[in-house]
Amino acid sequence: MNRINSPTELEEVRKQILSTRDPNKPCITLCAGSACHASGSKEVGIAIEEEIIKQGLSDAVDIRKTGCHGYCERGPIIVINPEKICYFQIKPEDVPEIISQTIKEKKVVERLLYVDPNTNEKIVHEHDIPFYKYQERIVFGSNSSVDPKSIEDYLAIGGYAALGKIFSSMSADQVLDEVKKANLRGRGGGGFPAGTKWEGSRNAPEPIKYVIVNADEGDPGAYMDRSLLEGNPHAVLEGLTIGAYAIGAHEGYIYVRQEYPLAVENVFTAIRQAEECGLLGKNILGSGYDFIVKVHQGAGAFVCGESTALMTALEGRAGEPRPKYVRSNVVGLWSRPSVLNNVETWANVPLIINKGADWFTKIGTETSKGTKIFSLVGKITNTGLVEVPMGTPLKDIIFKIGGGIPGGKKFKAVQTGGPSGGCIPENQLDLPVGFDELTKAGSMMGSGGMIVMDEDTCMVDVARYFLDFLTDESCGKCVPCREGMRQMLKLLTNITKGKGKEGDIELLEALSETAIEAALCALGKSSPNPFLSTLKYFRDEYEAHVKEKRCPALSCKELINFYIDPTKCSACTTCARKCPSDAIIGGKNKIHIVDQEKCTKCGTCFEVCPPKFRAITKISGVPVPPPIPEEQRTIVRGGKKDE
Amino acid sequence: MDNERIDQIIDKHHNEASSLIQVLLEIQSDHHWLSKEAIERVAEKLQVPLTRIQHIATFYKAFSLVPKGRHEVHICMGTACHVRGASRVLDAVQDVIGIKPGETDLDLKFSLETVNCLGCCALGPVLEIDGKTHGKATPGQMAEVLKNYE
Repeated sequence: MNRINSPTELEEVRKQILSTRDPNKPCITLCAGSACHASGSKEVGIAIEEEIIKQGLSDAVDIRKTGCHGYCERGPIIVINPEKICYFQIKPEDVPEIISQTIKEKKVVERLLYVDPNTNEKIVHEHDIPFYKYQERIVFGSNSSVDPKSIEDYLAIGGYAALGKIFSSMSADQVLDEVKKANLRGRGGGGFPAGTKWEGSRNAPEPIKYVIVNADEGDPGAYMDRSLLEGNPHAVLEGLTIGAYAIGAHEGYIYVRQEYPLAVENVFTAIRQAEECGLLGKNILGSGYDFIVKVHQGAGAFVCGESTALMTALEGRAGEPRPKYVRSNVVGLWSRPSVLNNVETWANVPLIINKGADWFTKIGTETSKGTKIFSLVGKITNTGLVEVPMGTPLKDIIFKIGGGIPGGKKFKAVQTGGPSGGCIPENQLDLPVGFDELTKAGSMMGSGGMIVMDEDTCMVDVARYFLDFLTDESCGKCVPCREGMRQMLKLLTNITKGKGKEGDIELLEALSETAIEAALCALGKSSPNPFLSTLKYFRDEYEAHVKEKRCPALSCKELINFYIDPTKCSACTTCARKCPSDAIIGGKNKIHIVDQEKCTKCGTCFEVCPPKFRAITKISGVPVPPPIPEEQRTIVRGGKKDE
Repeated sequence: MDNERIDQIIDKHHNEASSLIQVLLEIQSDHHWLSKEAIERVAEKLQVPLTRIQHIATFYKAFSLVPKGRHEVHICMGTACHVRGASRVLDAVQDVIGIKPGETDLDLKFSLETVNCLGCCALGPVLEIDGKTHGKATPGQMAEVLKNYE
């Protein structure tokens, strides 16, 4: 594409792109995000391309390979435009039928449609599916209409209009005021107002300043930033450029995890395209403003998501945090003013500039404006990325959009905010999501991970899991984090193994207090959160582990035993055959017994026991009943007494 | 890895010491580990002390100071995979290939690592072998898959 030299030219180019596109021409949109890719969307893509040629439709159909649509549970996903017909879990062998039926004959392929589990009704259009219906996808929604490798696609949906707007009609101060008025708060965890952060940098005396994208999304169970960067990299670049203009920076960085290869690739492509078009680099849109963006790949360290650690890593050193006596927006990268915001925050900026702060502040709650993307994962029917207005009750996200808990299990808690966040129990599910609301409940917004847990999840084990993660990721610079967490992990591990002692819980509380007071950075200060919030709502589970050596969720390996109910066992021999450690004694027509000495508690027998028998149970806190005597084990079956 | 290739990588990053991590990442991805010779060459060319490279190479998870196996197995231990039973998959994989996370077997066939979230939470538990993602992994099925590797 040719270089664009002014905001007016930008609009002309956009018109020209749109004039070559017929909105009524069939377009097959295929999700090629990481999750769909892992479920085989590449093969589906090849099949579509081949089939279109085979059926002689090359000129009649467009194919668009987009980023993540969010409904990862059901990938690979196809949406056929302009009708917006949605097909899920597509396999290459489904493709010929889709092309011949839906594209040629305009008929819907019934068997590939979404079936509403409550009504058994088949749903044709994306916007009618409960998972999408209750969302408000102002930031994430564009993902399904752009090919991330095509700048034309982004321009066609109105991309870079905000950039054109600031260079044609807004001063840096006006841009800053708009963002401040919108009360955009950082989506990466802290929830610090972006406008205030920007203003601090703008007013700092040092003339060289930087803007940085934090795409070091390390929270396990959270992948919205990756999906945004993979699916719509130009939106992030546009936001970053606007931020640079507002504070007066001419250099920007994108710090992205190398574990996200597709995001890295798409960002590099996007930067190259934007530079070619004059939307990045020297003299942007003929305004005389210069801004370049460099990409730094993170080498794998959770702590580098922390602002000061990230900046140290950008300087080419080991990413350890430093105390923030002076904030990094004043003294940051190479000791210069540096504005660091995460991917989602930057992606919100063009929207605010285009539609105005008044529009933005209409969405959300009093203190949290706009929408938030959550990654809804764990024991949930509809796993995926969901974007909802701030203030949406947790209950709606989990049950209306997420479809509740699979397998008829009972909801127990939802963990928000990543490893440093906390668990929220069932009686608080009416809680509206927002920065301050979640903090008040003992958790936090974090970057937006939302991990749903059911009755089979042990809350002590969850706390242990997060402490284990954080201990592993602690950089080791300050003592409360390095040593305190190690001790906390040791105590929690002992509790889950049935070796907990009276007083352990109190000791854990004391260690938590020290870490909160004395650790250097947010990682250490918030490290006791998983323990404290689970203790707050599930103290009884801790006490059961310590006092009765019982795991109420029947999950901690050392505290449970597998037992075959002799009245239910029908000697089908399935468990005995599948047991990897030969721990099941039985035989044809003999009630089976678990040899507790040999059992490794892998749980295979529990899973393979046919549902019509359900003879295998887990028991905890009570001794295993003695096996029934040998002579009573024979099962006498009706009508087969001769055998 | 020969010095010529290392020099190429360093030149690509304009000989800047601030690009140290990027240079090491490229060497790691080309060669699958950072040999003593490679580290020394980088230290000399970029004029950074060896201790700093050692600090970086041990601080970040992406680097290895020992050779890796032909097949790299990454098991996701992220929260979503954890609540869906990733530790049982890990147990089974350890049994099949006979090594623990962080180790490489003597024949240099497999290296095993645990990772914290591959971002495919909908498919958990997830396991990655040589970059290929296997979703909804079960202990039995993964044992079968690994047996096919030479």
